[in-house]
Amino acid sequence: MFSKILIANRGEIACRIIKTAKQMGVLTVAVYSDADKDSLHVHMADEAVYIGPSPSRESYLLGDKVIAAAKQTGAQAIHPGYGFLSENADFCRNCATENIVFIGPPVGAIEAMGSKSAAKNIMEKANVPLVPGYHGDNQSRDIIKKAADDMGYPVLLKATAGGGGKGMRQVWSEAEFDEGLEAAKRESMSSFGDDTMLVEKYLTQPRHVEIQVFCDNHDNAVYLFERDCSVQRRHQKVIEEAPAFSMSEELRAKMGESAIQSAQAIGYQGAGTVEFLLDFDGSFYFMEMNTRLQVEHPVTEMISGQDLVEWQLRVAAGEFLPKTQDQLVLNGHAFEARIYAEDPNNDFLPATGKLSLLKTPIESEHVRIDTGVRQGDDVSVYYDPMIAKLIVWDENREKALQRLAKALSEYRINGVVTNIDFLYNLATSAPFKAADIDTGFIEKNHDLIFHNNEKPLVNELPIAALFLILSKENKAKQQAQQSNDPHSPWYNANAWRLNEANLHTLVLAHNDTEYSVTVEQKRKGNDAYYSIDVNGEKFDCQGEILTTPHNDDTIVATINGHRSQTTFNHFENTISLYRTNGVLNFTQLLPDCGQNDDDDNHGGLAAPMNGTMVSVLVKAGEQVSKGQALVIMEAMKMEHTIKAPSDGTIDEIFFHEGDMVDGGAELLAFTAQENTSEESE
Amino acid sequence: MAKIISKINTRSQDFLDNAAHMQTQVDDLREKLSEIKLGGGEKSRERHIGRGKLLPRDRVNALLDDGSAFLEFSQLAAYKVYDENVPSAGIITGIGRVAGQECVIVANDATVKGGTYYPLTVKKHLRAQAIAQENNLPCIYLVDSGGANLPNQDDVFPDKEHFGRIFFNQANMSANNIPQVAVVMGSCTAGGAYVPAMADESIIVKEQGTIFLAGPPLVKAATGEVVSAEDLGGADVHCRTSGVTDHYAQNDHHALEIARSAVDNLNRVKPVTIDFQEVIEPAYPTEDVYGIIPKDTRQPFDVREIIARIVDGSDFHEFKALYGSTLVCGYANIYGYPVGIVANNGVLFGESAEKGAHFIQLCAQRKIPLVFLQNITGFMVGKQYESGGIAKHGAKMVTAVATAQVPKFTILIGGSFGAGNYGMCGRAYDPRFLFMWPNSRISVMGGEQAAGVLAQVTRDKKEKLGETWSEADEQSFKQPIIDNYEHQGHPYYASARLWDDGVIDPADTRQVLGLAISASLNKTIEDTKFGIFRM
Repeated sequence: MFSKILIANRGEIACRIIKTAKQMGVLTVAVYSDADKDSLHVHMADEAVYIGPSPSRESYLLGDKVIAAAKQTGAQAIHPGYGFLSENADFCRNCATENIVFIGPPVGAIEAMGSKSAAKNIMEKANVPLVPGYHGDNQSRDIIKKAADDMGYPVLLKATAGGGGKGMRQVWSEAEFDEGLEAAKRESMSSFGDDTMLVEKYLTQPRHVEIQVFCDNHDNAVYLFERDCSVQRRHQKVIEEAPAFSMSEELRAKMGESAIQSAQAIGYQGAGTVEFLLDFDGSFYFMEMNTRLQVEHPVTEMISGQDLVEWQLRVAAGEFLPKTQDQLVLNGHAFEARIYAEDPNNDFLPATGKLSLLKTPIESEHVRIDTGVRQGDDVSVYYDPMIAKLIVWDENREKALQRLAKALSEYRINGVVTNIDFLYNLATSAPFKAADIDTGFIEKNHDLIFHNNEKPLVNELPIAALFLILSKENKAKQQAQQSNDPHSPWYNANAWRLNEANLHTLVLAHNDTEYSVTVEQKRKGNDAYYSIDVNGEKFDCQGEILTTPHNDDTIVATINGHRSQTTFNHFENTISLYRTNGVLNFTQLLPDCGQNDDDDNHGGLAAPMNGTMVSVLVKAGEQVSKGQALVIMEAMKMEHTIKAPSDGTIDEIFFHEGDMVDGGAELLAFTAQENTSEESE
Repeated sequence: MAKIISKINTRSQDFLDNAAHMQTQVDDLREKLSEIKLGGGEKSRERHIGRGKLLPRDRVNALLDDGSAFLEFSQLAAYKVYDENVPSAGIITGIGRVAGQECVIVANDATVKGGTYYPLTVKKHLRAQAIAQENNLPCIYLVDSGGANLPNQDDVFPDKEHFGRIFFNQANMSANNIPQVAVVMGSCTAGGAYVPAMADESIIVKEQGTIFLAGPPLVKAATGEVVSAEDLGGADVHCRTSGVTDHYAQNDHHALEIARSAVDNLNRVKPVTIDFQEVIEPAYPTEDVYGIIPKDTRQPFDVREIIARIVDGSDFHEFKALYGSTLVCGYANIYGYPVGIVANNGVLFGESAEKGAHFIQLCAQRKIPLVFLQNITGFMVGKQYESGGIAKHGAKMVTAVATAQVPKFTILIGGSFGAGNYGMCGRAYDPRFLFMWPNSRISVMGGEQAAGVLAQVTRDKKEKLGETWSEADEQSFKQPIIDNYEHQGHPYYASARLWDDGVIDPADTRQVLGLAISASLNKTIEDTKFGIFRM
């Protein structure tokens, strides 16, 4: 076994690897960039080496620097984690040249899987099933139709030159074939000037099911069951689970064997993942193979009881696989939810900021959290905005899912927008519970997950209002305790008025609807209670916010005699209530103090999210007209154009092309021209 | 301390009848006030809001800390005093918390006669300033007033306690480091212009606030100059050119935020040096007092039953319980603050007065605030008592009350008649606050007694002339006198004229006292130097 390894990565995966290495008595070396000089992985490692500026292309992607760091510290092996250098064949080769063990597959395997089309050719030869299709040059109707008939309907006809859905037709039966082909060809010709067609089997409800495989250097290979990663948005996995639901033992074995065949076809060693598309009828097709440890590996660890990082180190050190296929037992069910700094309501734009509050569920045999950040850390613009992976396990899917929902509701992050609410809504939605899942899940259930079509339920508005009143009281109590006049009734935030009702008035907004809520403070003997009026409907409410050290985010509310507990999150003016049917967000609207009136006409323009400045289309001093494109930013492979809000002049531009920009940063100074607006007074 | 054991049966018919009777009076008070609190008529309120201004009560709410209590004064001011309706005398005053500080707030109600100052408006404004001065509380003026009410100028302008006194007070409070903050949220004309000008810090709302010694009409009449109100004295003029105001606000909410910020920067610490305790709610519901106060005012009741429903834990350390028992004296806590309670339990005898004087001396020495619960028909009369020196015993108590420097709080829970009012810290004895219950009555003597005295004098005169006076004639002579005393002794009549600081629901007494005592502690309690006690 190695005595010292270097981890060529950062964040949660670096921490994850260090943890196992420590348990095995292996010393660890971290590498870090400017942005990470105080990061958790640097603190956890025995040693750490600085490798460059914050952008990863100037630090974590520089293989030479990483290898130099390994040599400097005497590390015998490098674990690349995922991303960065993990599938970089050159780096792998350079390690070998420097006599450093690359904890991963051999160069050949990386290269073989590097090209998707080459990979498919290899797999075809190894008898691994591929999505059936005809990509031939012979474009005769009969040839194409025969290919379609052979693979069975439905099929998808696609223009080879195509894109954007143009020249594409689903054909559901043989009878529709001719009509579909003609239409697709016609459209393709008019769109692309070419009507070359290919035909592929059309998977109506494909699931993304992947098999974890492991191979040692002694020709042994096992599969550690499968993971279902069908829930994706923009090709990024959101919630993964293992095992895949409604998976028969036969199919599991069949897919497992097939995955091992794939791995062995390229002489694989170490941890790898073979991704398949699984159709509703149980047929599956090879997609690609990932030659590294996957983000979602913990779900496999939870159900197999194995430490995959330990396996990686042992295999890399030349040991035999710790278990044979027969010794591996699938136990229970696990979920992983990826907690990201991103705004699901703003097209999942990544967010940055300081994690001013970071409170995780309590870890246990059922709940595991893999993270690389602590409270107070920054989520920077430079790296993947993943904050943590929340992994839960229980005996079966239903129980595990319940734990997932509970743990999500206990996850508290302030300072940065996160997808926690979105994950909670997703995990508690009926179709997810029913495992009615395919890769189109989020699109199909968008309204359900985003609660777009739901009015606040009759109980939630009073709870939100009650919460605000109670937290106001608690705040006042705290202030009283810190004062030199702690018992003064002036600290009772009871809005007491002489000879009239004691009223608190609130305006709460939910999904852009505003609700005026009046809370009357009343007493029954010495007990305070509240009569909450929402649009004329009155609720008798009592409650308390629990303040025990382990439970300070629960409100116990009795609304019209119905007592219930609700987990909440309160950040700035937004209250999130975690209910069994999902998260509901309410925003307290405060009076408009109009301070910014003055700024209306010469405000700067802010970046809508973090990203890179792709192009600056204007110059300082330039006159622009309303709606004119000023700059273009790119984030998460999407371009965002910032346009002039009105006619005016560009005073100054604060960023150059290629600069990284934090969300909210002022991009340029702009002065609107007086009296040009079309506002109707 | 010993807990007062209540002997009240809350299920007895008497209790229920009494409670129903008090409820009627409280309901009447609330009903009258619900109308008064609207301020001016619907049209003027709508016009006010239409201009983008907040109503004065909303301004107060926005100024206060979230959830802060507001101890409002003299809600009934000017009630049925003038020919026209002037709700609350067109001005809202009270104590509330702003940025953690108890402050006196004075807010003009421009929906009532343009916020102009009637004689009682002036009196109410001055009373609020007196409260600020006596209790060392910062003042925040939310100004929106057309100045003196011209038809009433003779009762508003010239005298010592008239309009000019407002600015005299501002100057002198400022001199004593009692901060003066003015928020100009509407017009601030003529004399009114001095409110922001005399303030330590002033804020003005753009396009709403104006300050000038003479408005556009007067300027035109005087010099022929034609100028708009905004150009003459708007926010831009005063923040950018004249320097009359210090802060420029975009709207009412913004102005009030700036005022809060101004208070937040006062660098004041409340000098609480009193030995406070944990707060314990009374052992009996405060609402019980409804049923304890007899429907028939001539019926006696044990004032300890009232005390038990006001003080912490109903605990009462009674002083000289067996001596001069018509005056109950003792120590208790209200909201954790130690207080000395002086409460009537019958007519005052010499012993009671001596005991009261003794107890007041003790509290003054120990710097314990005094709470007076007044229900007094007067000192005992008759040959035996006069020769026993009841006048000098009464004088001792009056001397003690008058010179004691501890904060004093007076609640009229029943009758307040004659010299009893003096000994029990009536308005003339500068209690920090004086509140009345709706059942209370105040006059030099009871209506029956006054009518009796006047009837006796008349009968004597008639008999001297040899005339006869029938019982029926005497009765018809007495009735208007009784009615008049009843009318003038009614708390609404008293409160309308600011003989008190407000009529309160008896169930709120503990709350009101707690807030008032706490506010009073902003002023360090001084040593007392008593006058000569006639022995």
